[in-house]
This record gives sequence, structure tokens and C-alpha cells, in this order.
Amino acid sequence: MQYTLVILLLPLLSFLLIGLLDSKLKPSLAGNLGTLSLAIIAALSYYCAFDYFTADRVNGVFQPVIMQMEWLRFSDSLHIDLGLLLDPISVMMLVVITTVSLMVHIYSLGYMKGETGFQRYYAFLSLFTFSMLGLVVATNIFQMYIFWELVGVSSYLLIGFYYTKPEAVAASKKAFIVTRFADLFFLIGILILSFYTQTFDFATLTAGNSNILSETAGATFLGASVLTWALALIFIGGAGKSAMFPLHVWLPDAMEGPTPVSALIHAATMVVAGVYLVARLFPVYFFYSPEVLAGIAVVGAFTSLYAAVVACVQTDIKRVLAFSTISQIGFMMVSLGASGFEGHEGLGYMASMFHLFTHAMFKALLFLGAGAIIHAVHSNEMSHMGGLRKYMPITHATFLIACLAIAGIFPLSGFFSKDEILAAVFHFCPILGVVMSFIAGLTAFYMFRLYYNIFWGEEHKHEHQPHEAPKLMTFPLIFLAAVTVVAGFIPFGHFVTADGMLYDIHIDMTVALSSTVVALIGIALATLMYRKPTQIPATLAKSSPGLYKAAMKRFYIDEFYLFVTKRVIFNCISRPLAWFDRHVIDATMDGLATITQQASVKIRGLQSGQLQRYVLVFLIGVLLAAAIAIIVYLA
Amino acid sequence: MYELIINFLEGPVPMEAYLIVSSIMFFAGIYGFIARKNLMMMLISIELMLNAADLNFAVFNRYLYPEQPEGMFFTLFGIAIAACETAVAIAIIINIYRNLQDVDVEELNQLKG
Repeated sequence: MQYTLVILLLPLLSFLLIGLLDSKLKPSLAGNLGTLSLAIIAALSYYCAFDYFTADRVNGVFQPVIMQMEWLRFSDSLHIDLGLLLDPISVMMLVVITTVSLMVHIYSLGYMKGETGFQRYYAFLSLFTFSMLGLVVATNIFQMYIFWELVGVSSYLLIGFYYTKPEAVAASKKAFIVTRFADLFFLIGILILSFYTQTFDFATLTAGNSNILSETAGATFLGASVLTWALALIFIGGAGKSAMFPLHVWLPDAMEGPTPVSALIHAATMVVAGVYLVARLFPVYFFYSPEVLAGIAVVGAFTSLYAAVVACVQTDIKRVLAFSTISQIGFMMVSLGASGFEGHEGLGYMASMFHLFTHAMFKALLFLGAGAIIHAVHSNEMSHMGGLRKYMPITHATFLIACLAIAGIFPLSGFFSKDEILAAVFHFCPILGVVMSFIAGLTAFYMFRLYYNIFWGEEHKHEHQPHEAPKLMTFPLIFLAAVTVVAGFIPFGHFVTADGMLYDIHIDMTVALSSTVVALIGIALATLMYRKPTQIPATLAKSSPGLYKAAMKRFYIDEFYLFVTKRVIFNCISRPLAWFDRHVIDATMDGLATITQQASVKIRGLQSGQLQRYVLVFLIGVLLAAAIAIIVYLA
Repeated sequence: MYELIINFLEGPVPMEAYLIVSSIMFFAGIYGFIARKNLMMMLISIELMLNAADLNFAVFNRYLYPEQPEGMFFTLFGIAIAACETAVAIAIIINIYRNLQDVDVEELNQLKG
């Protein structure tokens, strides 16, 4: 399967080509070049998936394919390799990333048309695709970390694409700093893990019976084993990228980037990197620190609830989608946290990956649809929309499909994956299951609130008639909608499971029925409140103004961060340090400089440039030397 | 006293006499170099110092090592160098004068930073 190398290298090549030539290329050529390379690697990924999943199973498990070379050697056992690891989840991710990325490339040809920096945009898209692909096929945790950071950088570049807009610049900085902050913990986790196990290799780490890990489990620190600490720290890194509470603050702001970028990075690919990381190390988590896994479930559930509540009151459509993304990633995390390892116990793992797959498709669809709407009405605010279904039939239909899918209505893909997640969570802990079902209902509610506000309700007066997006933009919508409709019927358990064995998905009727009912209630409520302009939302908001305002302000998490950084850290740590720097360290250096300068002013007169004065001084010196010599000689 | 002067005049000229002359020449040169502001006069002062040194070479050679001729050669050497140096220096001074209509050494500060 050597050709998989091309999947990785082609986007890099296209990045270098477009990035280096930049404005020398015609915009349309740059766009077509990027899209073409993506089309090639998408085709290769599909072929690769076909190739991989039709190969024979050994002992009931798809054999991982590893191609790698040594890159850095520290000691005989500790070395960093670069290479490709193909196993069920990485192949699945290849398909997801290339599909969504290809759709975004095509869509951007229409959406970004005429923008300044069009070539730069495509160069960054290629860079992002390259880094994301590198991340998922990494053979060891260090290679993953390298690409992890590359993903962070390209996300930063794309969020800050409109770099003349101060909000975009602030958002890109925020995203970079928050994720980088989390990555620090990730790095520490990697270092601890590799220090104790002497390996970076995923294959060695996740081999079920590895002695390395059992030995490591003996070492303890502050009451928990070192391995638990390392895994918890690694999870913090994943939580940063996946926008888990309380590191989620960057994601809503990241919506300042171009909308297709939000679809690619902040819905489908980059934000699931954290989920992927946990899935990649799942056997380690499961066998050596189930307590961290339980923690992941709790963090995921809380994040999911928090984001769902906030999403109910936001008015910027992209922000609603952003919070919905956070909430859905919370679902995936809960599912991973609730998962066991073998057979039916491993349902959560499979469900999480399945949801990752389906969510990527319909969330990308939602974002691209939102992009088409923004393109038509030139605003992100719900109040500027309404009644758009007449003007944009295709966008309307595809958006509705995606909304139904995320709400979990049969037979769309979201129903299947969410149902599996709920089943797994109920199995793990019934109370958590009830909470997650409630969140699923909330999801249906806020998605349909969004839907009705955009396409129904009171029509806003537009400066010019909104119109359907061009074909380049509607094609990806239709394609993704088609995938959303059929993806649920993929026998996902045949491909990706925790232990690699074949698993047949069967719908748990009680869970399926109850979750469908909950979703329908959510949709019904939204229909009641938002289909036609009513006073119900305003009345509700007035009846509990505190909660409404808090949710509107995202429960003051941003304000809390600002308080901690600006008031506490700046005042108590940075200011004294700055004072010390300015008044002690700098002052010492300034003092030296001042002394030197004063001294030079004093003796400057000597360097007059007057030859005759020099000679006089020289003469006096010689006479003095002679006098001394004579005195010494005589004495 | 009288005898001393007669001895001095009749006997061979002692080395100190030469050294006194060359010292006077040398310090006259130094004084001229420091006190005069005219480049031409400074050049003449330098020549004076150089000649004082040449004289010393000749005298020491003659009185201390009469059988070896190195001092004399050095003197000739010094005279040749003095000639070249004078030629170059005068050329420079003439050029300065052509450009600035002045050869006052205190006014020549255009190259100063």
C-alpha cells in the first residue's frame, strides 16, 4: 500500500506550489490546482479504504499496516520514527478528512470567489489537509504531536485569514493560545509516558499484553500512578483541540474565519483530533487508568450539556453551530469514556467513531449551508434572516436534512450513531444516559430553532433579493446531504471496533424509541415557538432573566478567563515581574550604559582629531617615561 | 677655563657636541610640529627631526663602531625615505590647498565624524 504515501505528500506539494507562487498564479488556477490534488487524494483514500477493508482478517482483526523510517535516535530503545500507520480508525479518518476537505475545496471555489488572497487561502487549506492527514496516520505519539501543532498553526492561519479585521486577528490569537496552552500538557504527558515506557510507538503502547505499561503502573506520584498522570495530561491536550470545557472558549470565536474553514476545521476534522487521540490510545486508557476514562466521560457530558444550553440562546448562526459542535464532540467523548473493550462492551468506542464519521458529514453540511445563507444575506445574525426557504430551495432542503440528522431522526445517519452512543452510555451509567438523552432533546430544539429562524418566521427586509448559491456551492451541499442520508446504513461495526473484532450493530429499541420521542418533543417545541413569530421566546426569556442572560453570555466563562488573566495573572505575577525586569535588570544595564556614556563625555575632549594635540600628549608621555626610566636607573 | 676651551677647540670634536646639536635640531622640530599651524611648516619640522635622527646615526656609528658601516647606510636610507616622504606630503598639501584654499591644520576637519 505504498500509494498511501501520495495521500500525505500531495497536499504538501500543492501547499508548497500554491504558497510559494502565491500571487503569480491566477486565482482560478490556484483554486483548481488545490481542488484537483484533493480530488486525487480523496479517490486514493477511497481506494485505500476499499483495499484495507477487503483484506483478510487475521484472528478476526484487520491487521495494521505500518510503514516507517527512523528519524531521530536518542537511545537504542527510544527513537522517533516518521511513517504511516493504517488501521481501521486511521483509514476511516482518511476518508472523512479527504471527503470533507474536497467538498470544502469545491465549495470555496464559489464562496471565496473574488476575495483578495484567494491563492493564500488555498495554500492554507492544503497545508491544513496535509497536517490533519499526517496526524491521523502517525505511527507514534511524537509524530502525532508534530502534526498536531501543524494543525494548530494552519487553523490559526485560516481563522485569521481576514487579517485586516481586528476580531479575526483576536480570534486567531485566542485559538492558538488556548490550544497551545493545552498542548503544553499534552507534551508533558508524552514526555512522562515515553520516559517510563521508553517508547513512542502506538503499536507497542496499545498492544494489550505489553509488559512495559504494567511495570510503569507501579510508579506513583501524588497517590496516582505515573501512567494515570501521563494519560490525564494527554487528555488535556486532546480536550484543548476538541474544545472540551473549560478549554472550549476558542471555538465560538474561531467562527470569525471564512465559513468553509469553519466547516472543515471547526466542525469536521481538527476538533475531533482530541477524540481521535483518545481513541488511538484507547486500550491504554482502558486497561491502565479507567479512572481517567471515567473522567473523560464526565468532562464530555458536562461540556455537552453546557454547550447545548448556550446554543439555545445564541443569535449568530455560526455560533449556534459552533456550540452545537462542542456539544456533539462532548457526545463522542462521553461515548469513549463509557466504553468497554471487548464485544458488546466496546459499543461506546464504535459508537463514538461512528458519530465522529456521521457528525463530520452533517456538521460540514450545516456549516456550508450556513455559508450559503451568509453569502445570500451578508449577515450572521438570525434577525436578518427569516423566510429564506422560498429563495434558496436547495440550501433549505439540505439544511433540513442535516438538522433532522443531528436531531437524530430515523433514517438519517445521526439517528444511528446517536442511538448507539445513548445505548452505550445507558449501559455504563443510567443517570448519565438520562442526561445525554436530555441533551439530545436540547440538540433537536436548538437546531430547529436555528432552522425556523433562518427559513421560516418573519421575513426580513433585504437590500437585494436573496438568491440560491451558485452550482459550485450547491453541489457539495447535495453530496454531503446524500452521504448524511445513507451513512447510517453503513455496517460500521464491521470496520471499526474497540478490539478490532467484527461487531453487528443492532438497534436497542427502548433507547431508539425514547431518543426519537425526546428529539420529536424538541422539534415540536421549536416549531411551536419559532415557526411563526410568537411571544413565547420573549416571555420565556423574561421569566428567568438571570439564566437567559447567563446563557447568552456563555455562562461568563470568557469573562472568568479575562478576570483570571487580566486581573490575577497580569496584576499579581506579570506586573511585579515587569517591574523587576524594568527596574532591576534593565536598570542595571542602563546604569552601566549611563556610566560609560558619562565617562566618554568626560574624556571626549582628548579625541579632538587635532594632530598637534596628540603629538603634544605623546611628547609629554615620552618625557615622563624617560624621566621615570632615568629615576629608576639612577636609584 | 681657558685651557678647557683651548682643549676643546684643538682636540678632536667630542661626541657630546654632535649630540647637543642633534638634540637642539630634534626639539626644534618637535616644537615646530606642535606650535605651527601651517602644514608646510609642520612638514619642515618633521624633516628637521628626521635629520636629527640621521645625524645621530652617523655620529654613533663614527664614534662607537668605526669599523662597521651600518649606521652610515641607515643615514643614507633615512635621507632617501625623507625625500620620498616629502614629495608625497607636498603633493598632498598642494591638493589640499587647491581644494580648500587653506593649509591651516586646525581647519582641516571635514573628515571628522
